[in-house]
Amino acid sequence: MRTIIYLIQKEFIQVFRNKTMLPLIFIMPIVMLLILVYATTFEMKHINLLLIDKDMSQTSRELISKFEGSPFYNVKYCSCSVKEAEDELTKDKCDIFINIPYGFEKKLVKENTSDIQLQINAINAMTAGLINAYSISIIADFNKKIITEWKNPPKGLKNKSINITNSYWFNPELNYKIYMVPGILVILVTIIGMFLTALNIVREKEMGTIEQINVTPIKKHHFIIGKLLPFWIIAMFELAFGLLIGKLLFHIPIIGSLFTLFTFAGLYLIVALGIGLFLSTIANTQQQVMFLTFFFMLVFILMSGLFTSVESMPEWAQKVNYINPYYYFIKVIRMILLKGSSFADILKEIYAMLIYATIIISLAIWRYRKTV
Amino acid sequence: MNEFIGFIKKEFYHIFRDVRTMLILFVMPIAQILIFGYVVTNDIKDIQIAILDKSKDNTTKEITNKILSSGYFILNKNLSSDKEIEEIFKKGDVKEVIIFEPNFDRKFEKEKTANIQIIADASDANTANLITNYTSAIIYDYLKKSNKNVQVPVQIVPKVRMVFNESLKTVYMFVPGTMALILMLISAMMTSISIAREKELGTMEVLLVSPLKPIQIIIGKVIPYIAISFTNAITIILLAYFVFGLPVNGSIVLLLAETILFILLALSLGILISTIAKSQQVAMFISMFALMLPTMLLSGFIYPIENMPEVLQWLCHIMPPKYFITIIKNIMIKGTGFMFVWKETLILTLMTLLFIILSIKKFKIRLE
Repeated sequence: MRTIIYLIQKEFIQVFRNKTMLPLIFIMPIVMLLILVYATTFEMKHINLLLIDKDMSQTSRELISKFEGSPFYNVKYCSCSVKEAEDELTKDKCDIFINIPYGFEKKLVKENTSDIQLQINAINAMTAGLINAYSISIIADFNKKIITEWKNPPKGLKNKSINITNSYWFNPELNYKIYMVPGILVILVTIIGMFLTALNIVREKEMGTIEQINVTPIKKHHFIIGKLLPFWIIAMFELAFGLLIGKLLFHIPIIGSLFTLFTFAGLYLIVALGIGLFLSTIANTQQQVMFLTFFFMLVFILMSGLFTSVESMPEWAQKVNYINPYYYFIKVIRMILLKGSSFADILKEIYAMLIYATIIISLAIWRYRKTV
Repeated sequence: MNEFIGFIKKEFYHIFRDVRTMLILFVMPIAQILIFGYVVTNDIKDIQIAILDKSKDNTTKEITNKILSSGYFILNKNLSSDKEIEEIFKKGDVKEVIIFEPNFDRKFEKEKTANIQIIADASDANTANLITNYTSAIIYDYLKKSNKNVQVPVQIVPKVRMVFNESLKTVYMFVPGTMALILMLISAMMTSISIAREKELGTMEVLLVSPLKPIQIIIGKVIPYIAISFTNAITIILLAYFVFGLPVNGSIVLLLAETILFILLALSLGILISTIAKSQQVAMFISMFALMLPTMLLSGFIYPIENMPEVLQWLCHIMPPKYFITIIKNIMIKGTGFMFVWKETLILTLMTLLFIILSIKKFKIRLE
């Protein structure tokens, strides 16, 4: 026991002595949290809309005013041709243009139906999908309005209708940030924990100091615990600090119990740091370990459901996610914070983490050799 | 000159001897493009829903069937009371609950109007928004069909065209982004770390007392990474073309020239970082936080810049990847020529010069 305490003391002294790493460890993640949460938003507030109204009728103007009234669009007018509008699209001067052709209203009155053209810059498929959805829903609303205003259907032949009410639980304002903050927090805590652990041991290898430790009577598990615990503490502290900032700045709700959250986080961090440890036993140089960690992290982050929902991924990708620690923690932290899920709801994830932790730590102990 | 060639050889040995890193360097771009192409999509598919049918008549069954056969939704559970809703949301799998009011069919036929309530788990705001839209669309479609023989409603039909990417493939945005990311990673991160490594291990001193000039050391260091980055860029372009059918619409020569410009920029940035960082760890953390995350998130690669707060938009404008991604999108996807990207090219060139000048100023021949 005393050996472990001394080892931990040594690690902390090393961390706090390094004046360049210290701010990187503690300030960088917070700065990143602030930047990334604001950056990763799909709230489309400034869709640049170019409108070509060739019809100039009352109906077309009413439709346009619908777009102007929406908070999502920056409407610009242009009396140009479709060709010129396409050029604007190519130059990224607008994200979408709508062409209301000549004779639009007349056709609507006569034939009950009339076309307008929407062209959307779709290089970014995700935003294009959203822009499309917004625009179509505005037009659909407008359609409903003209149906009720224009046509008084003969009695007895009244159209049937269904009223749909949408309610958004857990986040009625559809605030995207409270969804992103927990996810980004997970990423940052993991990066710090995993990288520090992985780099730390390899650094000892590279510097040759690991041999000095190897010749001491320190046991394998002493060494592993002595290396894991300090970074585990740092990562937990950072999670708490990040949550505090999330609460104060982004007003993320904390509905579930913090105790549940930190219990799971503790378990998760053993896995995350264990992976770092394991990688460090495979690699010989810091460069190697960094690239290994980086590679796995990138793959895991992209598949974790941080940016896109896991359900829409293909089957095999969802299977791969069973070994993705991020996937579990991102899911759980969101469930606990936003929905107030309890231990019973996250049992599956807890078991998964327990199994994972056992496997990865055993692997790391098995791979770590005291002999060179 | 001989010493110089010898030095370059040494650098190549260093890199090629390390099989693990090598493997990752070449596998990473491939894995990334494949993941982006196949995995990261915003398509709505197989979303789990629950249904609370308080009426259980033919109409509600028809609507339910229509929703479930759309391919967007699969049924997780039929609920029997309001109380179960919260419970099922807390379990986390179900994203939406659809509630039919009692006596739905009768109201629908007699009073001509009936109510459906959709409750979405909006902790994920975007998905919630999308799936409620999809569900409503399916219900309205059903409504339209059951109103068919009554009258043609007046309506404006939007004809949508997705320009540059008709079938809304996500690869179109990920290929330029991945190129920027990989080039940044290999050129800037690798260079900075490999120089910091020489410092940390003390071999920098050996190099400095050798007859090589500092400039030769730097050039020798970066040449292998230029080769690797360039190979990777070409791999990405080929992969995008053969696997995902993403064509290079513009001039390929211009594309490659711009790629080289960006590689140079990333390298000069890497050198700059290495002049600041004393150890590999510091170099890594700086590259990680100052290069990687911003390349992914502040470059307009996934998240549109216009949506960000103003301060961040400013930050985006000093991020080199932003300009590179714009250039790549223009040349590859839109097929525009140099006239459309000269401004971005100029900015990248100026940035490169700036980084080089700064590194020369900061480069120390002596160790403290």
